[in-house]
Amino acid sequence: MKQNESYEEFIKGIWRDNPVFVQVLGMCPMLAVTNSAVNAIAMGMATFFVLVGSSFLVSSFRNWIPKQVRISCFIIIIATFVTVADYTLLALVPKVHKELGAFIPLIVANCMILGRQEAFSSRYPVRLAVMDAMGMASGFLLALFSLGAIREILGDGALFGIDLFGENFEPWIIMILPPGGFLTLGVILLFFNWFRFKKDEFLADVAAAERGGNG
Amino acid sequence: MDNLAWIFISALLVNNFVLTYFLGLCPFLGVSNSLETSARLGLATTFVMLVTAVCAWVLNTYVLIYAPYLRLICFIVVIASTVQFIEMLIKKLSPALFRAMGIFLPLITTNCAILGLAIFATNRGYGFMEGIVYALGAGIGFTLALVLLAGLREESELSNIPRLMKGTAMNLIIAGVLSMAFMGFAGLFSSA
Repeated sequence: MKQNESYEEFIKGIWRDNPVFVQVLGMCPMLAVTNSAVNAIAMGMATFFVLVGSSFLVSSFRNWIPKQVRISCFIIIIATFVTVADYTLLALVPKVHKELGAFIPLIVANCMILGRQEAFSSRYPVRLAVMDAMGMASGFLLALFSLGAIREILGDGALFGIDLFGENFEPWIIMILPPGGFLTLGVILLFFNWFRFKKDEFLADVAAAERGGNG
Repeated sequence: MDNLAWIFISALLVNNFVLTYFLGLCPFLGVSNSLETSARLGLATTFVMLVTAVCAWVLNTYVLIYAPYLRLICFIVVIASTVQFIEMLIKKLSPALFRAMGIFLPLITTNCAILGLAIFATNRGYGFMEGIVYALGAGIGFTLALVLLAGLREESELSNIPRLMKGTAMNLIIAGVLSMAFMGFAGLFSSA
């Protein structure tokens, strides 16, 4: 039972409550750094580290943090982890760090992270909070990667810098520029809507058939 | 003087925070369903930005030269306290507005446009006046984008659009088109 519960918390972040596609949170880094798949993954990993670390701390301290100043406390904890991530990336992969630029410190301002602390970590025990954070962060990483891959393939004709289509391919420059980010995410959300409608229709059909069968 | 004007125009149009840097998207998509709310949120954000610019300058000049690694934490603490102050003020003065903005008011703190402003201004080494002008341009640019999107969304409420398109998907595509339009302003600089 216990095992099941934490698995539930983990899996819901990846699909049913995906922070980007379903809750539409954390959009700013989402769109700004996804012009190539490598940047998207670096950003996703950094966010993963920050979210899991701060969920762990917030959940451990949840009984000591006074209600009135909780948001400031959460933010200081998050900012600490972001500073660590910032300097780590600078030391390990200076090139990626340079390309992401100001967007690494801006992880602090990712509303998804603060949202998880407020909605989940500050109310539940450490184990569940960490599982929830890992699920949400994986969902975020997945979303970043799919968006980054689509934009790089269409806008550059390449994935991870490897040419895919040969030289006759005319890259859609617009996909790498800012409007491409909005358009791609819009189309992905459209797909998610379509999927949800199909599922609802299917469930309605099943329910109708069952009623018919019984009556 | 010329320099200040360019900083203003650049933050307002060419490098619009929302449509070019993707900063402050959460309120951009979440609150932009009515013109009035978005105008007020825009004003509140502009005000917080001005205060942030002043605080960032003070911190950069007097405190952070001794401890640059504390920059992020210092910025965020100052911004968070400013926002909490404004929140209390609005709650006292206009409960209706407080209700209208709901969860997005505390989230101004995590509005990346505000922290982004402080970080960009620091990275570019702006002085006091430049910082203020930059904040003003960015704030008005943010309000402009918010109000534009809100206007378009209010119009689209009345028209008959496919069921699938309703909601965030369509807002993002509208934002994409707006962003394309704003790319046209890039020509302002090359002609100068």
